[in-house]
Amino acid sequence: MPSLRDALARTRNSLFGKVQALLGQADITDATWDELEALLLQADVGAATTEKLLAALKQRANNEGIVRAEKLRDALKDELRKLLLPGGAPAPYVYDKTRLLEVILVVGVNGSGKTTSIAKLGKLYQSKGRKVLLAACDTFRAAAIDQLQIWGERAGIPVIAGLPNSDPGAVAFDAIQAAFARKCDLLIVDTAGRLHTKHNLMKELEKVRNVLRRSVHEAPHQTLLVIDAANGQNAINQARGFTASVGVTGVILTKLDGTPKGGVAFAIAGELGIPIRYIGTGEKIDDIQEFDAQAFVDSLFEDGQG
Amino acid sequence: MFDSLSDKLQAIFDRLGKRGILTEQDVDAALREVRVALLEADVNFRVVKEFLARVRERAIGAEVHKSLTPGQAVVKIVHEELLKTLGEGGKLDLGGPPPRVIMLVGLQGSGKTTTAAKLALRLRSDGRKPLLVAADTYRPAAIAQLETLGKQINIPVFSEGDKTPPPQIAQHAIQKAIQGALDVVIIDTAGRLQIDEAMMREVEEIKARVKPAEVLLVADAMTGQEAVNIADAFNKRVGLTGLILTKVDGDARGGAAISMRAVTGVPIKFLSTGEKPDAFEVFHPDRLASRILGMGDVLTLIEKAQQQFDEQEAAKAAEKMLSASFDLEDFLSQMRQIKRMGPLNDLLALIPGMKDLTRQISPEMTERQFKRVEAMISSMTREERRNPGILNASRKRRIAKGSGTSVQELNQLLSQFREAQRMMKQLANNPRLRMMSGWMGARRR
Ligand SMILES: Nc1nc2c(ncn2[C@@H]2O[C@H](COP(=O)(O)OP(=O)(O)OP(=O)(O)O)[C@@H](O)[C@H]2O)c(=O)[nH]1
Ligand SMILES: Nc1nc2c(ncn2[C@@H]2O[C@H](COP(=O)(O)OP(=O)(O)OP(=O)(O)O)[C@@H](O)[C@H]2O)c(=O)[nH]1
Ligand SMILES: [Mg+2]
Ligand SMILES: [Mg+2]
Repeated sequence: MPSLRDALARTRNSLFGKVQALLGQADITDATWDELEALLLQADVGAATTEKLLAALKQRANNEGIVRAEKLRDALKDELRKLLLPGGAPAPYVYDKTRLLEVILVVGVNGSGKTTSIAKLGKLYQSKGRKVLLAACDTFRAAAIDQLQIWGERAGIPVIAGLPNSDPGAVAFDAIQAAFARKCDLLIVDTAGRLHTKHNLMKELEKVRNVLRRSVHEAPHQTLLVIDAANGQNAINQARGFTASVGVTGVILTKLDGTPKGGVAFAIAGELGIPIRYIGTGEKIDDIQEFDAQAFVDSLFEDGQG
Repeated sequence: MFDSLSDKLQAIFDRLGKRGILTEQDVDAALREVRVALLEADVNFRVVKEFLARVRERAIGAEVHKSLTPGQAVVKIVHEELLKTLGEGGKLDLGGPPPRVIMLVGLQGSGKTTTAAKLALRLRSDGRKPLLVAADTYRPAAIAQLETLGKQINIPVFSEGDKTPPPQIAQHAIQKAIQGALDVVIIDTAGRLQIDEAMMREVEEIKARVKPAEVLLVADAMTGQEAVNIADAFNKRVGLTGLILTKVDGDARGGAAISMRAVTGVPIKFLSTGEKPDAFEVFHPDRLASRILGMGDVLTLIEKAQQQFDEQEAAKAAEKMLSASFDLEDFLSQMRQIKRMGPLNDLLALIPGMKDLTRQISPEMTERQFKRVEAMISSMTREERRNPGILNASRKRRIAKGSGTSVQELNQLLSQFREAQRMMKQLANNPRLRMMSGWMGARRR
């Protein structure tokens, strides 16, 4: 199918770069809107969110008398930013220093990047002076425990683990005891990957959450959902499913070093009101950044790699 | 979003009414909804565009078969074109002198290592002697992961630690296979981004050294719009021979499969449907097509339903199921039906949300158990069957006695029934199912 390939070659990796080019052109025409739609859709923004964005943009173009395409660009950035900041700017998560032990529960579908992100997070917090402990509550996947242990060694962060196939709730409990005994002030809990549609596995996750809740006041203080930026619209279902089960408080968007733009984040933040907290940008331990809505939106308008 | 596709289509069908030939308006109205459904299923935007152009061309002016409404006729064409795009699943090419080499490639976390074990298990049950090769020297514990899986399924794993370069490991593994008279070598490679030049060069080098019969791209069913670029890049660099779609056990629509298939032209060979080594299926386009279209497997269901059970009964059952008045009589007749046609269980499982229900009314129920249930329900008065809420302790004792069962058993049946009833109510709100009932009804008429 050569025509498809050609088409792809034309748009490859520069979706929003194209928006920029496009919006640099003269007057707004029907074609401007069609192209805009195409570009948003191809960044995984999703049909529903794209439709809403365009409607808002059209309204603004009308109200503000925007006729030049380049003016649309700022308006679009503005709308995109608004989506990422549900209810204005979300309160940044602030760690309550009077708390003895903060607990972060990390959840997500299979292979999204939980274990790697935990290593990164651990290192990040450690560098801010926190005393960190990791809990290897993925007792199911082959060598998941070894994986976290290797990361722990690399980062110089201790890891509490049980035996393969042991009860993840019991490991969580042990980890809390260990955290108190070692006077750690942050426990990050790794969990097995699970699809949000698997009833039993979600129940198992709730059990782990309950163990944390029973052992530490108001724990888990953060429940972070790890989403692969290459995912399309299913990420919305993931966010819904995990939120219904364990109450997600924030998202880590991983693998943003690839070509996907992670446009589904707009629907997750905009429709579900779940803030994006961190982004993962590689396989190395320092490849993590706190999420910055402005920078994220801006980066969409830059040419991709490759 | 998705759930409303069938609703929308249904509304369009109704509006279109009955005419002999599909007009431009008919087609465009239906295709607008199909477009949204495909996009929400993560089919790439450009692939959707081309696809719809093909459908449109075929559909406009097409004659509508007597038994179909124009809307149904459009959906049928959409479905057929979707099947064509997805293509038939391909077999592995394992002829030729052993050992045959299979290489698995893909992005990080797509499921390569797990899939390697699954393939090995399947090939062994086909009478082959596979060797698994741990050629991911980057990810922490990647080798341990494959070794653990190998142990679980009792298949040898070749590894040389993480200091030997992967192309060399792969080459050594071939030697090892020859020595051990193993006839298939499955190479698990590290996850890599298609834009990572050094890592793409590595995978080219592995390929050059081992001359694989199969290079399979392992891709996550949840992948979005970038699926086209990913598949295209891997195909250009290493020449894919097939695709494997993973994590199909979730609720991802899997539109990425269409995108990847369209851009590479290589067949989808397997679907991975779970974390356990045996959760692996040969690819069949019809299921995926219906899933992508966002209609569960309604289309398959209709076909199967036609073959397997009396249409009138089906339509009646479907209508009844969706009406709020699902009672013990219906429960019994449903159990009878399911008993009679074991495959109906598979059939129902194709409808989203139906899996839970079929678990309630299981065909594994033994003949004896079924007889007892039948006896209990038969011992009830008509009133009791219609309204089990009135069953108090003395009525229950009477029924238990009359049927030669126990009150405990009866209570168990009642709670099973209530669960089924609850699910029916939920399903009644499922537009896909409503459409199905409509369609079955239409065929009956
Ligand atoms: N390029 C890139 N790769 C990443 C990133 N984060 C994680 N990965 C890779 O993604 C793969 C899966 O990461 P894991 O951390 O094992 O994912 P997980 O969610 O713990 O997986 P399960 O526990 O099996 O569900 C590994 O190969 C990681 O190196 C990222 O930000 N960028
Ligand atoms: N539910 C489900 N999980 C799967 C499936 N296939 C793989 N997984 C899970 O997905 C996660 C990632 O699988 P891996 O086999 O480690 O993926 P990989 O491609 O080898 O990952 P890297 O080597 O890090 O690139 C693990 O948690 C697997 O158990 C599947 O079909 N369904
Ligand atoms: Mg993990
Ligand atoms: Mg792997």
